[in-house]
Amino acid sequence: MNFSVVTSQFWSLALQGLALGLIYALVSLGYTMVYGVLRLINFANSEVFMFGTFATLYIEVHFLGYDIGAPSLHGFKLVYTLAFALLASMLACAILAIIVELVAYRRLRARGANRLASLISAIGVSIFLLEGMRMITISRPMTTPRLLDKWSFGEFHGANFRIDTVLTIVAPIIIFVVLDQFVTRSRLGKSIRAVSMSEENSKLMGININRVITLTFCIGGLTTGAAAFLYTTVYENTIFNVGFNMGIAAFTAAVLGGIGNLRGAFFGGIALGMLEQFASAMLGSQWKAVTVFAVLVVVLLFKPNGLFGEAVQQTRT
Amino acid sequence: MANLSSFNLRDKGAEIWAGWSRPVRTIFVLSMIVLVGLLPFAATWGPTSFLNTPITSFQNVLVYPVGMFIMMALGLNIVVGKSGLLDLGYVAFFAIGAYTQGILSTLYGWNTWEIMPFGIGFAMIAGVILGLPALRLRGDYLAIITLGFGEIVRIVAINISVTGGPNGIPGIPNPPTFFGLHFDLMHPETYFWLVFAMILLVVWMIRRFTVRRPGRAWEAIRQDEDVAALMGVNTLVYKLWSFVIGAAVGGAAGVLYASKVMVISPDMFKFDVSILILACVVFGGIGNIWGVILGAGILAYLPERIRFISEARQLVFGAVLILMMNLRPDGLLPRKKREKITEKRSM
Repeated sequence: MNFSVVTSQFWSLALQGLALGLIYALVSLGYTMVYGVLRLINFANSEVFMFGTFATLYIEVHFLGYDIGAPSLHGFKLVYTLAFALLASMLACAILAIIVELVAYRRLRARGANRLASLISAIGVSIFLLEGMRMITISRPMTTPRLLDKWSFGEFHGANFRIDTVLTIVAPIIIFVVLDQFVTRSRLGKSIRAVSMSEENSKLMGININRVITLTFCIGGLTTGAAAFLYTTVYENTIFNVGFNMGIAAFTAAVLGGIGNLRGAFFGGIALGMLEQFASAMLGSQWKAVTVFAVLVVVLLFKPNGLFGEAVQQTRT
Repeated sequence: MANLSSFNLRDKGAEIWAGWSRPVRTIFVLSMIVLVGLLPFAATWGPTSFLNTPITSFQNVLVYPVGMFIMMALGLNIVVGKSGLLDLGYVAFFAIGAYTQGILSTLYGWNTWEIMPFGIGFAMIAGVILGLPALRLRGDYLAIITLGFGEIVRIVAINISVTGGPNGIPGIPNPPTFFGLHFDLMHPETYFWLVFAMILLVVWMIRRFTVRRPGRAWEAIRQDEDVAALMGVNTLVYKLWSFVIGAAVGGAAGVLYASKVMVISPDMFKFDVSILILACVVFGGIGNIWGVILGAGILAYLPERIRFISEARQLVFGAVLILMMNLRPDGLLPRKKREKITEKRSM
């Protein structure tokens, strides 16, 4: 136990926790959006994330031709290169998420199969993607070029506002605001909420259920792709099993905030990121996961639907 | 295709079984037991030699993964299939059993038969510790808590000294000779008979439970928990029981596994194992003992049989899972028709 580190490094830990937590929050959207509509854990989302990191790498290294030792970019070129990589990663993940839905969920749903069958077919997709990438990359970790020169805006009580940290905080917040507005205001967003409230009544109201489900997978893929890009930009490497821990963390974040709930995912992600940072500083990083799950159990005991979950969900099994 | 998917081999089998008289049933069961007991010699006997696995010895494959997976899948089936609780951290109980065997045998010199009740007991206690808070939650919240528990057990095993940290525990002794049966590297077939006997015991136990009060309570909880509670079923107690009994089977499998492989390390108890065992349960036919046995047998045996495409075998495994679930969503041998739940929300 090391409490002094909390007071001495409070701002630094909080900033890192916030940045990490917002990446979790973006990935957890891939779980929470799908859960809201289908009431199923989208198990393959962790591999969608993994795919996104490799898509970013592929775009930067093979498509745009920046080698590992390439000098950092500046000015306008930097902005459009990063924007291009971000959009490409989002698009690739969205397409993959839609394919996952088609392969693992659609047919089973049409036949009214039980929930566990869909879970297993999603696990099958997950194993398939994981093993496929392992064979392609021969289990080697891959490094991405440092396109973004990591200069700092300045320090605040030891918290270093580096450009990539700021980017991983600002970009997810923008995405969340846009998404929140989309879900609450637009026609398509309203149809998503309608389906998550009652699938049968939505059908009666003339909503095309399959299109809504594809849309939610697509949105989950887009945000997961954005998270994959941010992750690759910050950590500058990736490996075939990168999705596993990320997937567990993101799913935990979604549950912590109240699964099926957009704002819950946002705050759950931040809470989890902070918790991980402070727990590793205090107890050592090996006990990080234990602390996280212990806190999760306690939270769920007192708020069985997560921090932001609605009471309505209690009636659903 | 519709014909194929609606065909229920389990119901057909039950019909035939119901038509037999008692002596016929006894003869059938005994001959099946003898047949399965002869399985270790199938690899060297001409007509069945196609069963032989190319790289690992067939007799070892029969013990682990096949026998162990069947046992664990049966244990998990009590939790997932009978009472409908999604447990994603079942490997934790397996790990607790294995570490009990590892620690008690290397530090105190106990033998496997003495350790077995303790391994089962510790797994059951762990089941209660996890179950009491977790079973108040529902559905997918329970899933994430159990998943977390599985990870916690593994992380604790990595980080404390009595479990040997990341290197694990080497030099775990084999069980002592029992009724003239030797348990060591040279005699994998005796291990198979031991595992087989334990599987029979578990099957017998599950069948007894199913037709008695706990089985009916689990069935009611699985179909509708609120209604079960209204009818006076103490849902928490029965859910806890199903959890603890499942844990006991996992713990027993763990003790046996540790004494067979002689070296255990935290790497053997990863999340993948929980998922794989859940896949066995759902693949074979959730809730149906024979389906679960068949599913676990196939999913454990298949990757070993196709080891010649060693690089791609997990890839094929993933593809098989997707394909099977799409073709037969209720598994190979689905449970009885009357036991199926009509979902509240049509998917």
